[in-house]
Amino acid sequence: MTAGIIIVGAGQAGHALASTLRRRGYADPITLVGDEEALPYQRPPLSKACLIDDGAVSVALGPAEYYETHDVTVLRGKTVIRVNAGEQRVELCSGEALPYQHLVLATGSVPRKLAIEGVDLDGVHMLRTLEHSSAIREGTQNADRIAVIGAGFIGLEVAAAARQAGTAVTVVEAQTAVMPRVVSQPMAHHFADRHSREGVEFVFEDVAERLVGENGRVVAIETRSGRRIDADVVVIGVGVEPRCELAVQAGLDVDNGVVVDHRLLTSDPHISAIGDCASFPSPWGAGRVRLESVQNAVDQAACVASRLLGDDGPYEAVPWFWTDQYDLKLKIAGDISGHDETIVVETGRPDSFSVYCFADGVFLGAESLNQVPEHMAVRRILKQKTALSADQVRDPEFSPKAHARAEAPA
Amino acid sequence: MTKVTYTDAQGQQHVLDVSAGTSIMAAAVTHGIDGIVGECGGNLMCATCHVYVDPRDADRLPEMSDDEEAMLEDAVAEHRPTSRLSCQLVMSDDLEEIHVEMPSEQL
Repeated sequence: MTAGIIIVGAGQAGHALASTLRRRGYADPITLVGDEEALPYQRPPLSKACLIDDGAVSVALGPAEYYETHDVTVLRGKTVIRVNAGEQRVELCSGEALPYQHLVLATGSVPRKLAIEGVDLDGVHMLRTLEHSSAIREGTQNADRIAVIGAGFIGLEVAAAARQAGTAVTVVEAQTAVMPRVVSQPMAHHFADRHSREGVEFVFEDVAERLVGENGRVVAIETRSGRRIDADVVVIGVGVEPRCELAVQAGLDVDNGVVVDHRLLTSDPHISAIGDCASFPSPWGAGRVRLESVQNAVDQAACVASRLLGDDGPYEAVPWFWTDQYDLKLKIAGDISGHDETIVVETGRPDSFSVYCFADGVFLGAESLNQVPEHMAVRRILKQKTALSADQVRDPEFSPKAHARAEAPA
Repeated sequence: MTKVTYTDAQGQQHVLDVSAGTSIMAAAVTHGIDGIVGECGGNLMCATCHVYVDPRDADRLPEMSDDEEAMLEDAVAEHRPTSRLSCQLVMSDDLEEIHVEMPSEQL
């Protein structure tokens, strides 16, 4: 028996790695170190169902007994403060030192902080943990009006939940559209339009400059253009930053994330990195990419589990993402960032269409609104690396399902 | 309550009492049953909660949507006429008992 595997970070990626290793027969020790007191849980519902109804979903990724019966040691509320890469051991905040045969950094990301006055006032929230989600739900449901800084996935999901609770919402966004860079312009338009019809007020091309407090509690946002937005609760959703402190301390290469190769190995052959914190060479384009998604966490965990069990291969899973706002269920297949051409394909049903995205004529992926079959077909097209041209998509007879099947390898 | 019998690819059985309103996937995940992953948490995004339903129970279950059918086509294990996504199999008090078989692989 070896010293086994230590996984730093007990989120979706860490849990997926531990459970995949056990499911595939890994027999040596597995230790999962998490800085939260809760056992591993899913984060996607935190900005969706959990904001509407506390009891609506169970977010736990496994029951407490799971870790016992599968011999996974979970160290909760513990922080790894140092990696001694030379001696292959980690040091915990509690003073213990644990040896490893292989170390996996699944440290995730943290919400980006705004460096403005008033962010420490009561009633100002960011969203990452179960506790944050509960605080936002309670705050929102007891508020007359809330303000959201940032019109990304998190900001808009919070806005939708607040409107469903009858709370007035203003969203401040520095760019000219919602979900800038992460969705296409036609899709952004559709979502902005729906939010407006639901009563959300948007302030575009403006930035929060100061949060105004009274008796220690936030009461308003003041913006650069001089606007004052009254709010009982302010939610900041301006993106996340990868947690790389340990990697830096361990002397690993870091560049907007822990730098890994196509097999998800860091610059130390005994250390891998997966999930939100890992910056990997893009298998479908140029440069490096870092993805914040359940798919990326789980598929990267599976890739590293295979390697640790002796089945080495590159990471090349097709990325996919989703967001739910009101009854709009958007699914994105592929990394569509950097697209320069979009083709909208209507279904004839309300709130249901696709946007195919291309860069220099090369198909990158597609967004599907309220239509799972098309989304799955696009995932298959990307997985098979089937060529798809803009002209083929423009053909009124085009069916992604038929295209995926026709071009499927025999 | 519905008595759900989960049989894994090795033939081992697990029996759970699942309350109305809870899916077969959610019950399996919260009880740590290995054969069901439920990666996306029941959002019809992943097909990692694939099960084969005993044909005798098939017509007593919620009907299959186009979305579920599309996801099943992408499941890792063999797609059979009895295939379902267990996140869509929400139990009700009308249903006393059900048997599902879990494929050897979900991911």
